[in-house]
Amino acid sequence: MILEQLVNGLTQGAVYALLALGFTMIFGTLRMVTFAHGEVYMIGAYVGFEVIRLISPNFFLALAAALAATALLGIIIEILAFHFLRDAPHSTSLLVTIGVSIVLVNATQLLWGPETLALPHALLDRMDYGEVEIGGVYITYFQVLVMGVTVLLMLILYFFINRTRLGMVIRATAQDYEAAYAMGVNVDLVFMVAFAVGSMLGGVAGVLVGVYYNLFYPTMGGLYGLKAFSAAVVGGLTSLPGAVVSGLMIGVVETFTVELGTSSLRHMVSFLLMILILIFRPSGLFRGKELVRVRGD
Amino acid sequence: MPKPVRELLANSPCLAILIGLILVPQIVSNLYVLQVMSFMGIYVMLALSLNLLNGYLGLLSIGHAAFYGIGAYSSAKLVMEAGFPFLAAMLGAGAVSGFFGYFIARPTLRLSGIYMTLATLGFNMVLFLVLQNWMSFTNGPLGIMNIPGPVILGWKVDSRADYYYLMIILVVLTLVSMRRLMNSRFGRALVAIRENELAAEAAGVHTTRYKVQAFVLSSFYAGVAGSFYAHFVKFISPDSFYIYESFVLLAMLALGGQGNLIGPVVGACCLIVIPEVFRFLQEYRMFVYGGILVVMMLFRRQGILGGRDYSLRLPWFQEKPRQVYLRGDKFLPEEEQTPSLGG
Repeated sequence: MILEQLVNGLTQGAVYALLALGFTMIFGTLRMVTFAHGEVYMIGAYVGFEVIRLISPNFFLALAAALAATALLGIIIEILAFHFLRDAPHSTSLLVTIGVSIVLVNATQLLWGPETLALPHALLDRMDYGEVEIGGVYITYFQVLVMGVTVLLMLILYFFINRTRLGMVIRATAQDYEAAYAMGVNVDLVFMVAFAVGSMLGGVAGVLVGVYYNLFYPTMGGLYGLKAFSAAVVGGLTSLPGAVVSGLMIGVVETFTVELGTSSLRHMVSFLLMILILIFRPSGLFRGKELVRVRGD
Repeated sequence: MPKPVRELLANSPCLAILIGLILVPQIVSNLYVLQVMSFMGIYVMLALSLNLLNGYLGLLSIGHAAFYGIGAYSSAKLVMEAGFPFLAAMLGAGAVSGFFGYFIARPTLRLSGIYMTLATLGFNMVLFLVLQNWMSFTNGPLGIMNIPGPVILGWKVDSRADYYYLMIILVVLTLVSMRRLMNSRFGRALVAIRENELAAEAAGVHTTRYKVQAFVLSSFYAGVAGSFYAHFVKFISPDSFYIYESFVLLAMLALGGQGNLIGPVVGACCLIVIPEVFRFLQEYRMFVYGGILVVMMLFRRQGILGGRDYSLRLPWFQEKPRQVYLRGDKFLPEEEQTPSLGG
């Protein structure tokens, strides 16, 4: 029983981790917080939904479509909120992303209606919805898929950031974008790539969650995005491994609070954790470099 | 001219507007108009209180609806269960709000601004979830019903016009107190922190203390607005204090402009009136608010009224600024005078 809950928690946490990775990618390079990430995730889910419904019940096709759509969306948001406002105070960009998120939710409501959509079961059955037994624990095929895709993406991201030339350029820009610019790096392009990659991670998470629970609604990004955001803060906002660990942690803790019979506390866990972290250890649980100086009083 | 007369004359445009507002219920008998105008008052108060942080202090609070909600719930609870009279409950609601403001501000304001922003967001979410799930205290999503109307020293606030007058009194008090505050040492210190925190600190401003004080004050005003809301609508539920409500306030500041007292008033009035006048917009209300945030930030960051501090005083009745003598007894021309932070 506990093991099964652990698997459930890890599945949930894997999704938070994916979203938190997106936040971290974006904050790490641009040093700016985006509040439209939850909505990027929601758009990814809707794109996946439409692909499965209209084209074919192929999960990977849906993923690919969502990747393309959210990358594009990420680039648009980057141009709107960050490219034009590079010299403006941070709060300005933040307000734009809040505006974009409101517009996206309401545009979705206009296009698809405010009600909750679900894929017909005939389609889901064709997507092979079985379960396997590992050491007495039943794990659905989809949980394996969610975790498999998450781990795969994390590995790809790890190699992309640490082993490729573009990854190196991103790291250099994250460290000091003026110095990188002076060395001939096309900083604008790097920001755009970082934002697109971050958004794609969000889009994948959207498809995974949407199909896993088979629920699609315009406000699905709100709470999820904010929770993943707190996971990113708990992880330190600039550390990719930190985002993964704290995402998984929040997923597991959440599942166990439900198990302990305090389901009303479920959604609060992540926010309380974030506030506690902000108060007691603002550089995150997994202290890397201190990026924002903490001033003594 | 004696000083009080001169003051009165200098402020005559404000007085004219005030008299016009007082006459509204005599001329307009439409209850709906009075209702909308009272709502406008609530949002003017909220926008002004948020302006203290986002405009004057230059921090970004994105969870201000939390303090509004705390004010509404504590006022309702104080009147209905503790048996407080309305005025005491209203002040109590402000105090409870302020206490929570202190609780959030004290630890996070030592850090760089973005952490406070995140904490306000988290606090707004936590508060919403608490209101929704603490059935025994807040009655959960069903909300609190039948909140009694205010009774102030024998004046039973009952009709729409009564509420309207109460609102006018509150808004005037808010505006007057804020203006006095902003022209004092306190207000100048806030602006100094916004312009350059390091320089302000070097000039002897205890930045953290001022920031925390501003946060508490801002929460207090929001709490009072929440108290009025609770007794005006007579029904409160967690949905009214969700994070979207905070975003609406941000849109008001973005539209009207912040860092002065007129901008938030104009922004709040516009955003309440527009959906009421264009009924077909009701459904796209949030859409419009989001669009306003994006467009204003991209094209006119300082709001429609610009960054200047508009004053409604007639200049020819105003007192000349005192001459400042520095460096012994030599009188310095204005441009060489050191700006003083003292009030």
